[in-house]
Amino acid sequence: MKIKVLYFAKLREQVGIDAETLELAQRAWTVADIRTHLRSRGAAWAEALAEGKAVRAAVNQQMAQAGTAVPDGAEVAFFPPVTGG
Amino acid sequence: MSVRVQTEDFDLGAEVAAIRAGRTDIGGIVSFIGTVRDLNEGDAVSTLTLEHYPGMTERALEAIVDEARGRFDILDARVVHRIGRLAPGDQIVLVITVSTHRGEAFAACEFLMDYLKTRAPFWKKEVTPAGERWVDARESDDDAAARWNCADERGAP
Repeated sequence: MKIKVLYFAKLREQVGIDAETLELAQRAWTVADIRTHLRSRGAAWAEALAEGKAVRAAVNQQMAQAGTAVPDGAEVAFFPPVTGG
Repeated sequence: MSVRVQTEDFDLGAEVAAIRAGRTDIGGIVSFIGTVRDLNEGDAVSTLTLEHYPGMTERALEAIVDEARGRFDILDARVVHRIGRLAPGDQIVLVITVSTHRGEAFAACEFLMDYLKTRAPFWKKEVTPAGERWVDARESDDDAAARWNCADERGAP
């Protein structure tokens, strides 16, 4: 399956890209699975998405949890806790 | 439109006039304006840049306004949030609520700000004499949102 992944703010700077398309094996993926998958890319990714680090995620522009399902064609975003207002 | 994200500044008087236009059932109007401070965490701030998640930002703000309409007896609400480069003293965010009596407008305005600060996808980066740095989320903001006592939807994968 194919998904779009977006990165914002400090996380975007840490991984060095703001968006990409990911081709994944056809199976049931969750937000936590994607995060684990991305960590295997190297030091910058492992550090930015490390377990225990405050990283938020959205699936199709809705705030998501670790266990939120990621359907084929989804837009998934990873970012630090928000600081607007 | 009850929600706007823009680089331009906003005018409180014009926004209040717009929300009042054509109606005489309003008994109270509450507004909150957030502005850029020149000092954060003990360092002078010369520039604040606001990044956001286009598309999701508007949806998240609309969801927060819908939530406020469901919880409080308000007649209308408006949220304007700026993005891009700002300087100390600049306006960042505006929330206006109107109701028949003041209590609901005060409560809804505070609720909107508390929820916006933990759920709307905006991120602040500030320039200080020590260089550029991303502003960290505050635990006190989570506490402020949590006191409205509902399921946490912020997400922590």
